[in-house]
Amino acid sequence: MIEGILIGLTTALTLQNILMVMLGCFFGTIIGMLPGLGPMTAIALMIPITYGFDPATGLILMAGVYYGAVFGGSTSSILLNAPGVPGTVATSFDGYPMAQQGKAGKALAIAAWSSFAGGTLSAIYLLFMAPSLSKVSLSFRSPDYFALMILGLTAIAAFSSKGQFLKAMMMVVIGLMLASVGQDSLSDITRFTFNNMNLTDGISFVLVVMATFAMSEALTIILKRNDPTSAAKQVSLTELGSIKINKEERTKMYKTIPRSSVIGFLIGVLPGAGATIASFLAYGMERNIVTDEEKEKFGKGSVNGLSAPETANNAACSGSFVPMLTLGIPGSGTTAVMLGALLGFGVQPGPRLYMTNPEIFWSIIMSMYIGMVILLILNLPLIPYIARILAVPKNYLIPLILFFSITGIYVMSFNNFDIYLMIGIAVVATFMRLYDFPMPPLILAFVLGGLMEENLRRSLLLSNGSWEFLWDRTLTACILLTTILIVVWHIYKTMFKKTKG
Amino acid sequence: MNINTTKVISLLFFIFSAFYLYTAYQIQVFAFDENAPFNARTFPIYLGYAGLFFSGLKLILPDPNTIKVQHKTLEYKKTVILIIIAIIYGATILKVGYFLTTSLFLFSSYYFLGERRWVLMFLLSFPFVAAFMYLLHGVLDIYLRDPFLKSIGVMG
Repeated sequence: MIEGILIGLTTALTLQNILMVMLGCFFGTIIGMLPGLGPMTAIALMIPITYGFDPATGLILMAGVYYGAVFGGSTSSILLNAPGVPGTVATSFDGYPMAQQGKAGKALAIAAWSSFAGGTLSAIYLLFMAPSLSKVSLSFRSPDYFALMILGLTAIAAFSSKGQFLKAMMMVVIGLMLASVGQDSLSDITRFTFNNMNLTDGISFVLVVMATFAMSEALTIILKRNDPTSAAKQVSLTELGSIKINKEERTKMYKTIPRSSVIGFLIGVLPGAGATIASFLAYGMERNIVTDEEKEKFGKGSVNGLSAPETANNAACSGSFVPMLTLGIPGSGTTAVMLGALLGFGVQPGPRLYMTNPEIFWSIIMSMYIGMVILLILNLPLIPYIARILAVPKNYLIPLILFFSITGIYVMSFNNFDIYLMIGIAVVATFMRLYDFPMPPLILAFVLGGLMEENLRRSLLLSNGSWEFLWDRTLTACILLTTILIVVWHIYKTMFKKTKG
Repeated sequence: MNINTTKVISLLFFIFSAFYLYTAYQIQVFAFDENAPFNARTFPIYLGYAGLFFSGLKLILPDPNTIKVQHKTLEYKKTVILIIIAIIYGATILKVGYFLTTSLFLFSSYYFLGERRWVLMFLLSFPFVAAFMYLLHGVLDIYLRDPFLKSIGVMG
């Protein structure tokens, strides 16, 4: 391993590669901040540029863009409540309320430090645990993945709904239904397209996230303009606040970061799970661990609630490299794009990558440390400038949010049908927001829909159509049992509340 | 009579789920796939039943956290105007081009939201869109169709 680290350091610490990490982090942050342009778009844009470099340099550049875009996504989640990527949706739960309270600078500083700590810790885990972790992810089968996704969706419904579990579960179903539109991945049969060619490829993630978050948020702000509560929020939004984190907040972060980095890293290692589930699970876990007093602050600007998903999504980014590099299976959509780039370089990722191209494997791990340090140096001093977005008056900010959302969709498809669809979804989402229907479960379900169907397909085919796969393996049964307990508990709680009343 | 809007939404979702389920059963699968343990309609069918189950539960079970929205305080007029502007923007962007439609969309949105600082409104629409367009088209090399700029010879 020492030899590997040295090879990695030698490759990563060349002037060219350090410059690539810096450029990647910088452009990644800028692109990630723009709602609609997440890491996948940023990396996809970089692919043609990387072909001019050797594979290690190209991958280092893409890795830098990845970290930068994830941090940039957190920034737009906190400042605009417009997550460009699903991995930063959980960040907005407490980051945005904190910004509304005039603590935008502090929220961004907490996010920056948590990202740094999560990324650095996970890079250490990766260094020491990569070989054994590949075995862990190998032991997960389709039924386990299917059960894990059910658990993830139930967990998000349980903790994001503030006592409205059934509403959240309805949103989960809507998300899965939206994901089922378009061609079936295996048979290419079109579903729910109603002979509309524009729907054949399905509905894009960016469209759904822009409609349900950015656009509906903008419409809700206008709608509630005369509402005394939201007027108060508008005034506080103009205060940027300090970026200093006090001792009490630091103490909270010291406890949150290690446990969230572990969960983030482990979830990131699982192929397909990625930063989204990691951030949601870390948020849910943190909410269950903290004291009752702290629990009350969740969703209203909790330090733990912001630090946990930020740590976890960065840890998961590092973790998602493990299955990609060791198994050739991408851990997330973004690493799937990177996998494509690797194949373009003529490098075949898999267990033999250690032996055939050790400089690629180890230099990426080493560049993670460098990337994290650069991100921190780059982002902390820039926080006051980034936070100035909040000082823009609502009369300008709202049209600009709509403009970024529509542009994000337009440049992807050059199709006005997508714009109409986005407006339609945003109007429905705005109406549902008024009645406290939570949007995050819909987003997570939409992202996981395809994977969930794929894993259910494999499980049912392997068990000849029998549902016994749900309890055949102890791991699957345990995950599902946890899910059932969550559902029963929430339904019981709803009924008990009424009886008590 | 007070109608609980959450229940109305749940009822609408129940009807939608029933329609989704009906459509799921209508999905045409290949003949050899008809009796397979899993085909293109399997997952949507389960989703349809899940939708019926959760919305049905929401309809039947008591609603302890009834949400009351103060419709009188909501700014419906400006919201509807902005949605209409966005629809017009969507309808014209391909024919007219990105620069002009986006600039006009921004300018009119500022105006209808009550802004009257004309110089700032102008700066944050036409020059702003031009700069953003340069970033996308010139720097990031993202193609932007613009028949208007093409017709006046600004874009190739």
